[in-house]
Amino acid sequence: MSRMSGAKALIEALKREKVEVIFGIPGGAILPVYDALYNSDIKHILMRHEQCAAHAADGYARASGRVGVCMSTSGPGATNLVTGIATAYMDSSPIVAITGQVPRAFIGKDAFQETDIIGITTPITKCNFQVREASEIPKIVKTAFYIASTGRRGPVLIDLPRDVQTEESEMSFDYKVELRGYKPIYDPHPLQVEKAANLLIQAERPVIVAGGGVIASDASPELLALSELLIAPVATTLMGKGAIPENHPLSIGMLGMHGTVAANYLVQEADVLLAVGTRFSDRSTGNIKTFCPNGKIIHVDIDASEIGKNIKPYVPIVADAKRALKAIYDRIVEKFNRKERSTWFNRIQELKRMHEELIKSDNERIRPPALMAEIRNILPNDAIITTEVGQNQMWAALYLKVYKPRKFISSGGLGTMGFGFPAAIGAKVACPDVPVVDIAGDGSFLMTEQDLASSIAWKIPIIVVILNNLVLGMVAQWQRLFYGRRYFAVELKGIPDFVKLAEAYGAQGFRVQSIDEFRRAFKEALNSDVTTVIDVPISPEENVLPMVPPGQDLKNVMLS
Amino acid sequence: MGEEKKTYMISALVEHRPGVLYSISNMFRRRGFNIESISVGEAEQPDLARMTITIKGDETLVEQVVKQLKKLICVIKVSILDPNNTVARELALIKVNTPDTKIRTDVINYVEIFKGHIVDVSHDSLTIEITGDTDKISAFIELMKPFGIKEIARTGIAALPREMKAIRMETE
Repeated sequence: MSRMSGAKALIEALKREKVEVIFGIPGGAILPVYDALYNSDIKHILMRHEQCAAHAADGYARASGRVGVCMSTSGPGATNLVTGIATAYMDSSPIVAITGQVPRAFIGKDAFQETDIIGITTPITKCNFQVREASEIPKIVKTAFYIASTGRRGPVLIDLPRDVQTEESEMSFDYKVELRGYKPIYDPHPLQVEKAANLLIQAERPVIVAGGGVIASDASPELLALSELLIAPVATTLMGKGAIPENHPLSIGMLGMHGTVAANYLVQEADVLLAVGTRFSDRSTGNIKTFCPNGKIIHVDIDASEIGKNIKPYVPIVADAKRALKAIYDRIVEKFNRKERSTWFNRIQELKRMHEELIKSDNERIRPPALMAEIRNILPNDAIITTEVGQNQMWAALYLKVYKPRKFISSGGLGTMGFGFPAAIGAKVACPDVPVVDIAGDGSFLMTEQDLASSIAWKIPIIVVILNNLVLGMVAQWQRLFYGRRYFAVELKGIPDFVKLAEAYGAQGFRVQSIDEFRRAFKEALNSDVTTVIDVPISPEENVLPMVPPGQDLKNVMLS
Repeated sequence: MGEEKKTYMISALVEHRPGVLYSISNMFRRRGFNIESISVGEAEQPDLARMTITIKGDETLVEQVVKQLKKLICVIKVSILDPNNTVARELALIKVNTPDTKIRTDVINYVEIFKGHIVDVSHDSLTIEITGDTDKISAFIELMKPFGIKEIARTGIAALPREMKAIRMETE
């Protein structure tokens, strides 16, 4: 036990959680904590908008697998975090958000910069806490990190009234987390594993769908082993991208609305579908009634509430992806005679070739698929790619191959425009030795471009590739395809000169008109120690293809 | 999807602290589950509360409700109560107009038949306390309607499973 203020106890508790960095913005209600940070060796990165602080913590978490921390003051500081917290919640990313709050006596009195952040964030956090006594801080911080980083991961918020931060109290840090209502299940039930193994052994056309859960539980080796054993092609969701090396013969890319032909056809042709760490979102399944029509579905997820929520599986398994995949593999390998599957394997390769043909190179006009392939050619395998949301994101998902987990970071569930750039900052802080590239659109980048300032100030070099079509591209695509070209509110008039914008912040800016020019600029960016913005004008008429129109069967793929 | 809609009783043992009811009702709202009735009170330990929630729906829906409840960290245990094996009771307070002696006598007779109590008396009204299952209370309310009901307050169902299958904290 030792006597200290709530603010000092918070810092001590964060150190015990091995927190190295906090992304945040100070303000009145969190000042005592910032004063305690003054003498601390925890690095604080001053962002230029709280939304960016939350996204940066999220990017840090996704790149490193560790808990990211963001901090803000009460009221508007706290509400600005909300989009970032909701993004992390939808994608099961472990962050701890710490908000200042007005002093206890003012709570409920509509004091200056008071907001009910507990009420606001209840549906978008795994759990949240308002600290009522300084002595609770060590216990609450430990519990928050435990909840954020275990089971199905997710954001946790701690709300700290200002007078709790200054209150002196005896602090004990030897708290062992015990939660009566929270006991994640990690090990799969042996009977369910047996059922799954038998189904997969008998399968003629097995397909695996890997989601973000495979990445969260570091289950890529187990996934690959099972896929190779069964000759089961692996489709990934957006969140699962990188779970299998995308140059592997059994990798068939992303499934769903903007899925590859191979993934969408093979999922529909499967007789047994093993879905791991995925929640069957509408963007992945297309028309849910015709999803995998003749297949028996095995659904593995650590969150029991995901099982049966959208699809009723034939074999439900509540477990950690890594342990479940290993258990299924072990059970199969005991009694499996490797089958001759050349027909199935050839079918997989035939459909994969259709996808490669969509990457047409044209040096006169930069086409996004070819640009993505070019970026892949230049980047080292370890590089991290983040994306904004919309066409840029789908082109990256479809055509920029990722070979390792945690190297593709994108806002999947919430689809937050403006996520990619601050997430890239967080990812670069987590992995300073690898290049971090944000694939952006002109619309998305303008939503968080002010944090060019923090990337310059903190020497966190990012490469931003803006696919600049002067429109909100995905919305324009839908208006073109489904609203008879009645374009409305999509033209981004008044878009700035991105080269000058970058230079105004002290970053580097390039505008390129051909793949050759792009290659030169991109290589220069890779060797630079400041953030580089590469403006790549593309046609506003470009569609992201393939596309399955919303609500349709996955086999209704539009290729042109 | 073609499944039969029924009324289900769910018993949840939850942490007894501020914000828990909010978390739970918020989850119901967000997922679009309709609560028919809910009753909450301190359970066998002072830091625990028991909620009895009744909902209408099919089996798939009720399973989802249970899973979503279990996912909340403030919720410790959840079970679907088997109606054939459950003691379920509701309490209602009913204020009835009794302008003359004749009506007053009729009402008092009904209260006796239903084993209710008269808990407040005024010149022209009686307040009746009645306990029982939902059907009994509804039947009693129907009987009182012709007399003129001024106000009703119902607690919602509180329920426990019969025999030894009580959901209780396992003490380590």
